[in-house]
Amino acid sequence: MNPPAIEVSHLVKRYNGLTAVDDLSFDVQPGELFGFLGPNGAGKTTTIHILCTLLAPSSGSASVAGFDCLNQPRQVRQSLGIIFQDPSLDERLTAWENLEFHGMIYHMPKLLRRERMEAVLDLVDLGERRHSIVRTYSGGMKRRLEVARGLMHQPRVLFLDEPTIGLDPQTRRRIWDLFKQLRAQLGMTLFLTTHSMEEASQCGRVAIIDRGELLALDSPQALVAAHRAENLEKVFLTLTGHGLRDEEVSGPERMRDQVRRLKRWR
Amino acid sequence: MIDYSALLMIWRRDMIRLSRDRAQIAGSLARPILWLLVLGFGLGSAFPGFHGIPYISYLFPGIIAMNLLFASFLSAISIIWDREFGFLKEMLVAPISRISIAVGKAASGATVSFLQGCLVLAFIPLVGVSIGPWRLLAGLPVMLLIAFAMTSLGLLVASRMSSFEGFGTIANFVIMPMFFLSGAVFPLATAPRALQMVGLINPLSYGVDLLRWLFLGVRQFPLMLDFSVLLLFTAAAVGGAVWAFCRRL
Repeated sequence: MNPPAIEVSHLVKRYNGLTAVDDLSFDVQPGELFGFLGPNGAGKTTTIHILCTLLAPSSGSASVAGFDCLNQPRQVRQSLGIIFQDPSLDERLTAWENLEFHGMIYHMPKLLRRERMEAVLDLVDLGERRHSIVRTYSGGMKRRLEVARGLMHQPRVLFLDEPTIGLDPQTRRRIWDLFKQLRAQLGMTLFLTTHSMEEASQCGRVAIIDRGELLALDSPQALVAAHRAENLEKVFLTLTGHGLRDEEVSGPERMRDQVRRLKRWR
Repeated sequence: MIDYSALLMIWRRDMIRLSRDRAQIAGSLARPILWLLVLGFGLGSAFPGFHGIPYISYLFPGIIAMNLLFASFLSAISIIWDREFGFLKEMLVAPISRISIAVGKAASGATVSFLQGCLVLAFIPLVGVSIGPWRLLAGLPVMLLIAFAMTSLGLLVASRMSSFEGFGTIANFVIMPMFFLSGAVFPLATAPRALQMVGLINPLSYGVDLLRWLFLGVRQFPLMLDFSVLLLFTAAAVGGAVWAFCRRL
């Protein structure tokens, strides 16, 4: 039997006396579309960063595609793709150069690289603008390029950290069609965080977390039925409360975050 | 451990960025012009110079070192830039070693800095330095070595910083004393004892000394000492940058 695409076991992450992830355990099966929900600051991005080997856990373990995130980071990185919550393109390069960079650091031979670059550009409809500097792109185009880049090495597990935030309905729909296509054709596992309950309802299973703890894990239909709620949003609010949340980030990081947001909306 | 295709791509990316950054190229020309004008011609016309060499000629190798030093620290900022704008994450989640990233950034920064150092050579005819082709050629690897050392030092500092402002402040405290107390603008030999001591522990002093020997035929330290200090410091700085990278990022 195949190992789970993602395996998280008693995962804990503390920083500066703050527990961001608190004894979290769950599995994601290969080919699953898994939704990871929670209010701002619930620990979603921290969990993703541990899974992507950007952060080391304080205790517990995590694995991706059967490889341990702490001890086999290289194999983990080879198996995963990620669309980050914040922009991560080089805006001074062209789309083509961004993809070329990606292909090179993922060790794709030249022919395969070129072929995939063409393919993913077509997939997100940016073929004609491939040689424009990314800075001249609209927000939606940049997002599409990030998605294209994340797919280029055909990862077995794709992490999507709020992939459709700030996008118009057309682009959002387009990107979602793409995700479905990838799952159907390549059997890719998709791990998604989102604040859109409409998007979450399309997932096979969703996990709802808050304050770093797992509150619920089931299919959206089962969750709605179990809570005798009208929809997933009601379930979400029942479990996580109605109070407003601040993202728990340190001072300088918060400022950087705000600068980044301003830049994104510019 | 080192992944050459990744290293090459990291280097190539920074070269592409440089080629699109007119301001940086213009700045790297303006800096030596300003210093040569103000110090070389301004200060130089007030007193005769050292060792029987006109001051502007004496200053010239120091200005090369200065441009290398400034350019190195400026290109080290790119690592903060990469972090701020998220691109660093793209590199960190890729299946490549941290060492490749650190060495790639050091190599690209050193190249940018080296090129800016070479721009200063265009002023040779204006400063009364006559240098043969072989000595000029020998100067290039020395400049490259200085560029590598200073860029790595810059990366070491930059990787500990979380903001541009913080780096700017610290960089000034490193760049300015390093430049002024390296023998670039005045000979260390005749300076007060305390300044001399600082000059002796300043690795840039040995680079300046080597360049001055190549360009003007005068030097303060034994050649072997110049070379050894420069090589050792470069190795230590690259090692330090790699260490800081693996640890912090």
